[in-house]
Amino acid sequence: MFDFIKDNLILNDPLILGANISIVFTVIGVVATLTYFKKWKWLWNDWITSVDHKKIGIMYILAALVMLFRGGVDALLMRAQLTVPNNEFLSSQHYNEIFTTHGTIMILFMAMPFLLGLMNVVVPLQIGARDVAFPYLNNLSFWSFMFGAILFNMSFVFGGSPDAGWTNYAPLAIEGSPGPGINYYLLGLQISGIGTLLTGINFVVTIIKMRAPGMTLLRMPMFTWTTLITAFIIVFAFPILTVTLALMTFDRLFGTHFFTLTDGGNPMLWSNLFWLWGHPEVYIVILPAFGIFSEIIATFARKTLFGYKSMIISLAAISLLSFVVWVHHFFTMGGSAAVNSVFSISTMAIAIPTGIKIFNWLGTLYKGRIEFTTAMMWSVAFIPTFLIGGVTGVMLGMAAADFQYHNNYFLVAHFHYTLIAGVVFACFAGLVYWYPKMFGIKMNERIGKWAFWFFSIGFNVCFLPQFVLGFAGMPRRVYTYGPEDGWTALNVISSVGAFGMGVGFLVIVYNVYYSYRYGKREVSGDAWDGRTLEWATSSAIPPHYNFAHVPEVKGVDAFHYMKQEWKESGKPEDPDYKPIHMPNNAGVPFIMSGLFFVAGFGLVFELWWMAILGLVGIIGTMAHRSLTSHKYDKGYYVSVDEIEKTENRFKREA
Amino acid sequence: MAHNTNVDPNTPLEYQSEIGRLNIFGFWIFIGAEMALFATIFATFFALESGTVGGPLPGEVFDLKNTIIMTLLLLTSSFTSGLSINELRRRNVKGMMVWLVITLLFGAGFLYMEIAEFLHLIHEGANMGTNAYWSSFYLLTGTHGLHVSLGILWIILVMFQVKKQGLNPDTAKKLFVSSLYWHFLDFVWIFVFTSVYLLGMVG
Repeated sequence: MFDFIKDNLILNDPLILGANISIVFTVIGVVATLTYFKKWKWLWNDWITSVDHKKIGIMYILAALVMLFRGGVDALLMRAQLTVPNNEFLSSQHYNEIFTTHGTIMILFMAMPFLLGLMNVVVPLQIGARDVAFPYLNNLSFWSFMFGAILFNMSFVFGGSPDAGWTNYAPLAIEGSPGPGINYYLLGLQISGIGTLLTGINFVVTIIKMRAPGMTLLRMPMFTWTTLITAFIIVFAFPILTVTLALMTFDRLFGTHFFTLTDGGNPMLWSNLFWLWGHPEVYIVILPAFGIFSEIIATFARKTLFGYKSMIISLAAISLLSFVVWVHHFFTMGGSAAVNSVFSISTMAIAIPTGIKIFNWLGTLYKGRIEFTTAMMWSVAFIPTFLIGGVTGVMLGMAAADFQYHNNYFLVAHFHYTLIAGVVFACFAGLVYWYPKMFGIKMNERIGKWAFWFFSIGFNVCFLPQFVLGFAGMPRRVYTYGPEDGWTALNVISSVGAFGMGVGFLVIVYNVYYSYRYGKREVSGDAWDGRTLEWATSSAIPPHYNFAHVPEVKGVDAFHYMKQEWKESGKPEDPDYKPIHMPNNAGVPFIMSGLFFVAGFGLVFELWWMAILGLVGIIGTMAHRSLTSHKYDKGYYVSVDEIEKTENRFKREA
Repeated sequence: MAHNTNVDPNTPLEYQSEIGRLNIFGFWIFIGAEMALFATIFATFFALESGTVGGPLPGEVFDLKNTIIMTLLLLTSSFTSGLSINELRRRNVKGMMVWLVITLLFGAGFLYMEIAEFLHLIHEGANMGTNAYWSSFYLLTGTHGLHVSLGILWIILVMFQVKKQGLNPDTAKKLFVSSLYWHFLDFVWIFVFTSVYLLGMVG
């Protein structure tokens, strides 16, 4: 046992040694703080076992921010390495590991959970529901994501990180990469993927079955629409990932021949299967981002969303097209001209529905009474920046031209323009916009704008030069270059920009602290004069049952409509309260996910006894769920007394 | 989520509670995800079909009689599973249990024959690591077989609960959902039989 730990703990690299030490101190610090303030019970009862969609959402967002920090540090290390030619700051192996974990973490452990977190907080409120359809499953989703993320993140201090890129192409990831690194990738993603799939099912059912009376499909807020469509993409795309990861796990652990070079295996099958999931995946992260921008732009332009139905049609079109463009990721892999042409056309076709959306947002802004809050600034900055990402995407989509752009910095710049200007801007905008809903205070606007300027200017300074670097021939995923290549000046500029983004992130973190310390508590549920139902709650942070009375919906922008009615005919008296049925907390999902972690860790290091122990435990917890669900599903009732007490307190405060 | 008190008595038991309706709809979506899962595995199988180097060809080692019996066992079990739901609708616990036991016996027979076939194939020199064809063969049939095994365990667990609690919206929902699952496995097997065994024999 001791030898096993000694062999795998990485102590020879000063950077990782530093990380080791800081991890130990952080864990000691957290445990000591929780024990000193006697918060263990609170942590277990109020958070870990909570099935409240708002709390689960907050936990997702916290985890995403931590992962943003980790992925951001990876990015800064890469930029530091590339700033000057022939740099020896990172070794080639370390550089490989860092760009792999940067990509994987940013997509799967930062962007996804951030958006899932916002969906969790907002969607049930927007449709006037008390919780999601399957609260128990929701808790399981979060914890399996979390344990998958922990497993993946352990790799860099214990056993070595994956080093074959986030796309993890075979045969490099099989024959070319011994050691546990790739196993961490396969199992970490597998476990968190289970959570994502369950969330997808959960949100499909929640949105289709649990809307408040009067909320027809065509009265749903745009963020709910994007969530619904995203959930459908998840349901059909994530099983592909499950199978793909399992195939490579078998290749690496049990000697099968799916992606091997020998015995009939086909490494190109990995590329196909990976992108069959991978391309829908980028729409899984971008569509909710579109939803967030739609909400914010409508709110702060004080207009209803322009072209609501065309927005939905284009969403549906994008979701269908997302499944038929995967080959454009490897035009150069040797497909025939006919195959490349088909996928080239389907790729460029995506620009049409996306273009429609751009006009929808511009149309909403047109003649609106625009209020430039921080959230609105992120949203308005998104439109032109994302447009650059989109247009360069069409350039990359032209198969013949792609041979020139493929695998160089032009591509890197392109997808950062879509993923940062699209997804990260949306995450920050959504965080600022719904912050009062989660924590009862607004984030400081002035500091928020500083963060916005640092981050958005830094972003453009960082990535615009990379388009040019691509044209100058700089390939991606190289750890250094020579002075004679002539890439130095642009790389220096790019690193300066990356530093600016880092400052922007720190300012946002500082803003969280500052707002907690000095922010004024919101007294009403309607922080921004909002238009949708999440602002209709009786308090800033909604009570655990969300609405004392389920609201009745009479049109798009339900809450706006309600407020107009109140203005004309006065706010109607509240009818009598009725007991509210709520789900119970659940501790088993946490244990089940922990067992997933045990099984995953066993498989990473081929410790079969541990893997079997974990798998048996998982089946045991599933059987436990089946045998106790009739008791669990009864839930409990919030009494009229309690509702009255809570609601009266809110009324006094208001 | 609350159990509705005033429901139409003609509504099937499994649809009478709110949670039952949500679970059944959610399970349909889950089956959608399972479709995507099996579709990917089938795609893998077809993509690697020609990777038969260094091992026996499928036509040489498949025993069609064996697989036809397996197919009949699973198809019949799907039918008896349907009969058990029919008895559930008539609220006849005893008849339902009898049909469920028969269903499980057919399922167990299928599994027994499948495992025997695997052992036979391994004996003939076709195991998971032989070549790409056999890797994907075991992946496809194995994933299906694993689903059948889990289905058997699950249905036993549900029968145990019916024994203890009798029929109520909760147990009825579980019976209904697990039978949906069972039919789905049967549906998948039809494609396995056609594309692996029948086409394998011809090829």
